[in-house]
Amino acid sequence: MFSELNSILNISPDSFTRGEFILVSDRQSDASFLIHHFLSFYLRARCKVCFLGLVQSFCHYSAVSQRLGVSLTQAKEKGQLVFFEGLKECLSVLTPKENNVESEAMNFLRDPTVGLRSLYEFVRSSVIGSGSLEEGAEQWGPSVLLVDDLSVLLSLGVDVGAVLDFSHYCRALVCSQMQGNMVMLVRCNGEEDDDDDGDVVSEVLLKGLTHQCNLSLHVQGLPTGYCKDIHGQMEVCWKTRQGDTPHLQKNLFQYKVYDKGASFFARGTSSAVL
Amino acid sequence: MAAPVNSVGKTSADRLQANCTSFQKKTRSKLISIPGTRPSVQNGQLLVSTGVTSLDYLLGGGLAVGTVLLIEEDRFDSYSRMILKYFLAEGVVCRHELFVATAQDNPDEILQELPAPILDDVAAPKPVEQPRLTGEPQDTLDAMKIAWRYQNLPKVQSALASSSRFGHYYDVSKTMEAEIRQAAKCHRFYLPDHITPSSAAHRVESYSALLKSLQEVIHREGFDLATPMSKSRNILRVGLHSLGSALWGDDLCCHDKPRHSHALTTFLYGLRALLRSSLSVAVVTLPSHLIQDRALMGNITRLCDNAIALESFKGSERETNPLYKDYHGLLYVRQVPHLNSLARQLPDHKDLAFKLKRKQFTIEEGMQIVSFIPLTTIMMMTVVSVNSEGIHSNVLPLQDLMAAYISEKMLCRGSDLLALPVFVPARMAELSGLWGWGGDFEMGPGTDTKVVTGTGDEFQKLYRKKKKKRYGLTSAEQHNRQKHVSVSSTSTKVCLITF
Repeated sequence: MFSELNSILNISPDSFTRGEFILVSDRQSDASFLIHHFLSFYLRARCKVCFLGLVQSFCHYSAVSQRLGVSLTQAKEKGQLVFFEGLKECLSVLTPKENNVESEAMNFLRDPTVGLRSLYEFVRSSVIGSGSLEEGAEQWGPSVLLVDDLSVLLSLGVDVGAVLDFSHYCRALVCSQMQGNMVMLVRCNGEEDDDDDGDVVSEVLLKGLTHQCNLSLHVQGLPTGYCKDIHGQMEVCWKTRQGDTPHLQKNLFQYKVYDKGASFFARGTSSAVL
Repeated sequence: MAAPVNSVGKTSADRLQANCTSFQKKTRSKLISIPGTRPSVQNGQLLVSTGVTSLDYLLGGGLAVGTVLLIEEDRFDSYSRMILKYFLAEGVVCRHELFVATAQDNPDEILQELPAPILDDVAAPKPVEQPRLTGEPQDTLDAMKIAWRYQNLPKVQSALASSSRFGHYYDVSKTMEAEIRQAAKCHRFYLPDHITPSSAAHRVESYSALLKSLQEVIHREGFDLATPMSKSRNILRVGLHSLGSALWGDDLCCHDKPRHSHALTTFLYGLRALLRSSLSVAVVTLPSHLIQDRALMGNITRLCDNAIALESFKGSERETNPLYKDYHGLLYVRQVPHLNSLARQLPDHKDLAFKLKRKQFTIEEGMQIVSFIPLTTIMMMTVVSVNSEGIHSNVLPLQDLMAAYISEKMLCRGSDLLALPVFVPARMAELSGLWGWGGDFEMGPGTDTKVVTGTGDEFQKLYRKKKKKRYGLTSAEQHNRQKHVSVSSTSTKVCLITF
């Protein structure tokens, strides 16, 4: 949990707006540090978290969360965290063995045209799931869905329409129905105004999700080039309603990622420059 | 997970449930070590050497176990193949097991071309010489007089000791002897043996056949992390040659919009899954210059952990450029992973050049791109300029100002190459005189105006020297003095203004 980011977003583990869809996106950069932040944030806030870790192993997230002060294994044991490890499940589909049961949620690997319905069913079952609480089970806060990341599904051949449907279904379930929060990571490759041979598919996905979200954190490298002291810039965009009028508020920060956190500062105020 | 070395502090319940750490220690004091590996100093990851020590340094000490290194091939696949051979040769010397997969040449051909290691003694599978004990008679010449305490140590460095070193050097002009090579266990995957090229299944099945074969080897030979820690562990080095080429049944290199563009990415996803759950490392070479779709290259790069790209000067105009006469090509670091940590070990410089010498593959900062200062602040400058007629005129046009400002900042840092932001036209680069480096060094006549076209380093040396002689001030104080340099619009000389 990055305290500076919390103050920027005006949230804390004790108070945060519910029913929000937070979109974390990056362009030729890596915004996964924000996913780690939100994971530790919501675990600290005692929410019931469903995490789709599609690109890294459980140990990676666990090691990073340890540095941020949260233990994923403990959260899993207590039932607070439902962790879906995409890498482990995919092997059962890609290299099937006779006696092994294929993972249902990743069946889009076998045939991408099937879409992400099974993955959604998995999310649904883990978010709604514990209808009957066992004795002594702790009461957790609102459900939260975290996805890291959505663009890998595009690389695996899933149609962009199917991915948008999946995010819409999840939003309807988690944000509207369960009044929880949802955080998704989308990664883009090309330049923003590169129409011809750019990555059309991820641009479509990014635009579609930006339209659906309430809060967007967009991470990019510095426009003037590579810098060792400032890792990039992050644009925060709030969509609020003040009365009847929708209101868009944007803010730009620069950041640097450390071993145990990240610091955010206004442009030009990096410690390297000042 | 790239295997972390220590699992101290984890309760046994954690260990059993997590089932991800490869080193479940039996006792706290005993640390299981595999020859040819070492823990990283930054985050405790287990690292293996790629065979090229300068590449190890770039990757943060070595290649982490459980990760993939993607090498974008150079045009003729000469240097990328060389690095692959270094990687496999390092595996042979460290007694790791190898898995080589190719579609074009037989894996045996690659294995026969491995460079010969330069060792103090060859790690041959001969029995180690019996160490001499003090009781036996020795030649008086051999007997140590001063360092007599070391008399008892075995004189011959055993094979194990040499392989426990991290990173070896290889002689490219010789190939590895057959005895050494055959001592290492090697698994081969030659695509035409598994799938006939003309079959309909070829297009889609070749990658899944490779994945299945790799998983079978990992499982059979016990590299899986899930298998119990009964016997000594070893590392499996996987070398995949020219993935994505047409010979693998892929049309990535043939069409602008390939039809099965996700076959390779799905394979890389499965490869990552396999590697994270076993004690193996993979090096994949890819002919990226044949793939037109840049977005696809971005996806492929993201699915691999480390990614470098090679660009050789062979056959290009740069081969005869005196600028590059010391080097064989350029090396780009496309991606560095962050494993089990938030921060990644970014390289200092992103543009590097490599040189393949007989005994070493070196990577150097051929061109130093200075980390760019974001131009968020605007400085007001007054500039005095002198053109070739000696006429002073105030206020250079904004473009020249910017060039001057930038070049001054860069030069004072001793950089060689100027990285200009895209909104500065190339004319500025010319004006600043640093565009073609290796230019001449000229001094203005006897004044404190200096006309410079040299490289940053040369200029800085001379500038400091001259300044010291003239003014007798320390360099810090001199830096604060106002100085101006003449600029002439007709020739390409640099304009230097400081405040």
